[in-house]
Amino acid sequence: MARHRGRGMASVNYPIGMNLGGDPSQALIHSNPDGKFTVALSAIDLGQGMKQVTRQVAAETLGVPMEDVYVDTADSDTGPHDMGSFASRGTHRMGNAVIAAAREARGVLLEAAAEELEVNAGDLVTDGRGNIHVKGAPSRSITVKATAQAAQFKQGKTIAGRGIFLIPLSTVDPQTGELNPNTAFAHACLVADVEVDDETGEVTVLKMASAYELGRAINPKMVEQQLVGGAWMGISHALYETPEPYYPDPSHGPRDFNEYLMPGPGDIAPYSITVLERPAPDGPFGGKGPGEMCANPVLPAIANAVYNAVGVRVNDLPITPEKVLRGIKANGGARPQPRRGGGG
Amino acid sequence: MAKIPVQFRLNGSDRAAFVGPADNLLTLLRRGLNDFGPKYGCGQGTCGTCTVLVDGDLQLSCLTLAATCEGKHVETVSGMAEGPVLHPLQQAFMDHFAAQCGFCTPGMLTAAKALLAANPNPTRAEVIDGISGNICRCTGYDAIIEAILAAARGGQATRAY
Repeated sequence: MARHRGRGMASVNYPIGMNLGGDPSQALIHSNPDGKFTVALSAIDLGQGMKQVTRQVAAETLGVPMEDVYVDTADSDTGPHDMGSFASRGTHRMGNAVIAAAREARGVLLEAAAEELEVNAGDLVTDGRGNIHVKGAPSRSITVKATAQAAQFKQGKTIAGRGIFLIPLSTVDPQTGELNPNTAFAHACLVADVEVDDETGEVTVLKMASAYELGRAINPKMVEQQLVGGAWMGISHALYETPEPYYPDPSHGPRDFNEYLMPGPGDIAPYSITVLERPAPDGPFGGKGPGEMCANPVLPAIANAVYNAVGVRVNDLPITPEKVLRGIKANGGARPQPRRGGGG
Repeated sequence: MAKIPVQFRLNGSDRAAFVGPADNLLTLLRRGLNDFGPKYGCGQGTCGTCTVLVDGDLQLSCLTLAATCEGKHVETVSGMAEGPVLHPLQQAFMDHFAAQCGFCTPGMLTAAKALLAANPNPTRAEVIDGISGNICRCTGYDAIIEAILAAARGGQATRAY
């Protein structure tokens, strides 16, 4: 009886968002009388950082400090329409909708400032610190706050913008069968090293390494956070989680959360990540977003590593010790496969 | 069934309530005393997000009968910050991006606080052991472990109240 090491690899070509129904996102932005901006979205931030990313995108496009932008994702009944937070579409779809809304709001903001300064709106620039001034003449300036107050209490203007991002629904060309379901693809490659115990069937992930190409990392720390957390989820799906593991007697299976397995803090593996930034032509500031792809390559990479370690090909998840042992038994023993590329 | 009077300290303030004999502490905190810091996760002692301190000991408030807290000091995550000043552990969690959806965070912070109170300079293995009763779905744990180690290095995380 022995422990066998194996290495597996998987690569991903991942479409951002979906084609079905055209996949629109809408955003509405308005300024408050204090010169701060509210972005209304109906997509929800589940913890992946969409509020932060759209806040950065809105502030950059409006030309105001990030601290002066608040993103409200409170209510899909009363907010602008959105398809939702799924399919890794948040950064790309909502980010683009926010840019469109922020551009329109910026136009009104500069017009209101132009009226106060008695200049052409086209001659105005923002400094990103809450001021608007004439290009080349920083002394001829007005604050965003004073502009917002003038617009609302003097000029009778609403500084607001509407934005939508819609990729029209692509249908199959009847002549060629061609379909263009997506405009932005992200890419990744992940290598997993595992150890398989041929007596217990237990699989331990020793370490992982990956490279992700996901457009511009709009918030690099949050990208890293997503990739690390998603990899944990991938390990969990690959090796642990199921409401219905196969056992000869169903009464041996899990009945509640106490018996639903997930890796704990002691089960995590060292993980090294390389992020390649290749800005997407139609992404918000080039962003595509990590999304679901954080977890996806982990599963096939671990399945391949198990095969490499003991020669057992498990085709249904999770890869439980029982399945590994049945496979080893069917093969008449562990059959370690050749490992290319040496040790490490 | 008759209600039982229970008096205890909650994050330094005296509180009193009438509870049923089978009411758990989590329900009392959230529904009776409006302390929404501890979360209701699994309700059966598996996930750890309802973790509180009772007289300094880690307890799963979903499995603790409220009536047993008579005369004790219950500390929740809500008592960690002093007004706008975050507890060093809370600051370390922010600095290390140790929260995503945030649902496990109250339990993680409380478990970390108890760990550092008992062991101000834990090893990485001791930190892992200290939060092993708490499940996190988002972060992959690494950022949480790093945050706790950083707070311990800062040397202020075990300040007394």
